Amino acid sequence: MQVAMNKLFGGREGLVGLAILAALIFIIMPLTFDIFRLNLVGKYLTYAFVAIGLVLCWGYGGILSLGQGMFFGLGGYCMAMFLKLESSSPESTKIQSTPGIPDFMDWNQLTALPWFWEPFHSLSFSLVAVIAVPCIFAFIISVAMFKRRVGGVYFAIITQAIALILTILIIGQQGYTGGINGITDLRTLKGWDIRTDEAKYVLYFLNGALLIGCILVGRLIITSKLGRLLLAMRDREDRVRFSGYDVSSFKVFVFCVGAMMSAIGGAMFTLQVGFMSPSFVGIVPSIEMVIFAAVGGRMSLIGAVYGALIVNFAKTFFSESFPALWLFLMGGLFIAVVMLFPNGLAGIYTSYIKPRIDAWIQGRRGGGNLTPTVPAEPQDPVSPRTAERTPASAASRSLAAGIQSEPSRS
Amino acid sequence: MQAFAGVSLFSVFVLMALGLAIIFGQMGVINMAHGEFLTIGAYSTVMMSMLAEKFMPEFLPYYFIFAILVAFVVAFSIGYLVEFLMIRHLYRRPLDTLLATWGLSLIMQQIFRSAFGAREVSATLPDWLMGSWQPVEGVDIPLNGLFVLGLTILLSLAVFIFLFKSRWGLKVRATTQNRLMAGAVGISTPMVDRVTFALGCGIAGVAGAAFTTIASTGPTSGSLYIVDTFLVVVFGGAGSLLGTFASAFSIAQAQSVMEFFMSGSMAKVLTLLAVIIILMIRPEGLFSVKVRK
Repeated sequence: MQVAMNKLFGGREGLVGLAILAALIFIIMPLTFDIFRLNLVGKYLTYAFVAIGLVLCWGYGGILSLGQGMFFGLGGYCMAMFLKLESSSPESTKIQSTPGIPDFMDWNQLTALPWFWEPFHSLSFSLVAVIAVPCIFAFIISVAMFKRRVGGVYFAIITQAIALILTILIIGQQGYTGGINGITDLRTLKGWDIRTDEAKYVLYFLNGALLIGCILVGRLIITSKLGRLLLAMRDREDRVRFSGYDVSSFKVFVFCVGAMMSAIGGAMFTLQVGFMSPSFVGIVPSIEMVIFAAVGGRMSLIGAVYGALIVNFAKTFFSESFPALWLFLMGGLFIAVVMLFPNGLAGIYTSYIKPRIDAWIQGRRGGGNLTPTVPAEPQDPVSPRTAERTPASAASRSLAAGIQSEPSRS
Repeated sequence: MQAFAGVSLFSVFVLMALGLAIIFGQMGVINMAHGEFLTIGAYSTVMMSMLAEKFMPEFLPYYFIFAILVAFVVAFSIGYLVEFLMIRHLYRRPLDTLLATWGLSLIMQQIFRSAFGAREVSATLPDWLMGSWQPVEGVDIPLNGLFVLGLTILLSLAVFIFLFKSRWGLKVRATTQNRLMAGAVGISTPMVDRVTFALGCGIAGVAGAAFTTIASTGPTSGSLYIVDTFLVVVFGGAGSLLGTFASAFSIAQAQSVMEFFMSGSMAKVLTLLAVIIILMIRPEGLFSVKVRK
């Protein structure tokens, strides 16, 4: 039980963080926002999937992919293809010259459904495809790259180029993909209208649950031996290789996990927003998704969710009120996050806010209680605030650090 | 005709890739804002043409030569400033440089948009750049394309001479090969970095000036080419100017010739795909500098 708790939730502290996030998503947001705003939050949370995947790939694995939008888009397109086929039944499209195929195909003088659309009539196939197609794609890219020991900056540039290729392909092949408009006008999922308020609530909660699930999976990876290896690889790749580990397989694995998470986000995006278009696939959205992870903290799974939420709220607010200001802010954000706060919000929290909270809790318990339950972290970086603590609480803290053999978390 | 269209594209690629090859190849810095330095050069040329038109119309045929110089100086100084304020703090973190310069490019694009408007502007070309040259009956080669090609060759020669014949080039190459030893023999490596970066930006500025003769300038016209240019540099082999040439030529020609047979988007997709597949087989690019690391 204790092991499971440490592995899955990252100890007591991780559990509290997760509980706060869950409360925010499941209780506070639905109670404070109307359905329109809640749907918007749901959309932002789908980006958080990508950000979590990036925390794993980039923060832990050291693989910066500038093409996560591809996987988001592929997942979204797989979902959208199923929904589109369902909404273009022969009855509802009988005014077309070829009934039963999606409207944009008819506009492009296609007379039969292309072969790769056929399997998407089945919901179960589509759900598998949402995960499998991006995963296979990521596998091919990453095997080709990492087995040849292409990494770092080169990998970033090449993923960017692949994202560009995919965008051009989707826009160019209008008859098969819907072109620049994407796949629009999605109505029902197995007869269940996804555009009603009730459906939006259901999808929002499903989205939240999947997100928490992804965080747990991410935690499991980070706390396992694999997570340690990833960190070691990020810092000194050749040493890990010389120790006898097959570095490229680990990289392929974590890249595929990141891609699958992005794809789940993309599929949920399609369900909640009701369309999918190439504007979520290309270079610009892919780099924007990196900034979500960077703002939240590239080493923090929970931080990534807050990063996605905050950046998108800011984007919506500023581009509604001061459109010219937003790009300045966004650019400034990129520079500030890299130069001033490399660990993002999570870094600010651990070095400025957490010591205060700890001190406060310690101060309250400090008196006679010598068995504090708060995890003491001797390896915590010493911040200026630490020095200002009252002597009593500082003493009890160091005592606690000595007494308690807290399993060290990394 | 199609081959000459390819030559035009080749000139643009080379002009952009030259600066990038210096910054990325010699310093290992990913400058995502490189396209914006091209735009700076283009806008300063447009400004020069507007000034010439307004204040001394008789000067109009000659202003372009000065515009190229002005474009270089403006882009050089801004590059110098950017290196001083931002890049030099990030040398050890190449991936972070990429993100920071992307942020810079967003800011610069918005500055262009606020200052010059979102609409595309173009410079008034002197008369000697208009029209076309007919070597044979039925073949029209536009003069501005020829001019850009000539400028490309001149600029490339200048860069070659700078890097391989001048004192500064020696310092730059020494710093690239072994930073520690270069410092030990008395080369000021931070200064070399700053000048190299600024020089790359300045070349992008000249590229921007040349760009105004073949297309109009908008706030995002530089960023359109940035991914292709990076592929050109990586494909040619980082650090090899000759490789940059060869890859720019092959990519540009492949793309324009294929455009003749199929739609433009498919030609681009196939070209980029071929480049990526070749890069997977040969990750160090066409011409790699063999250095023991």
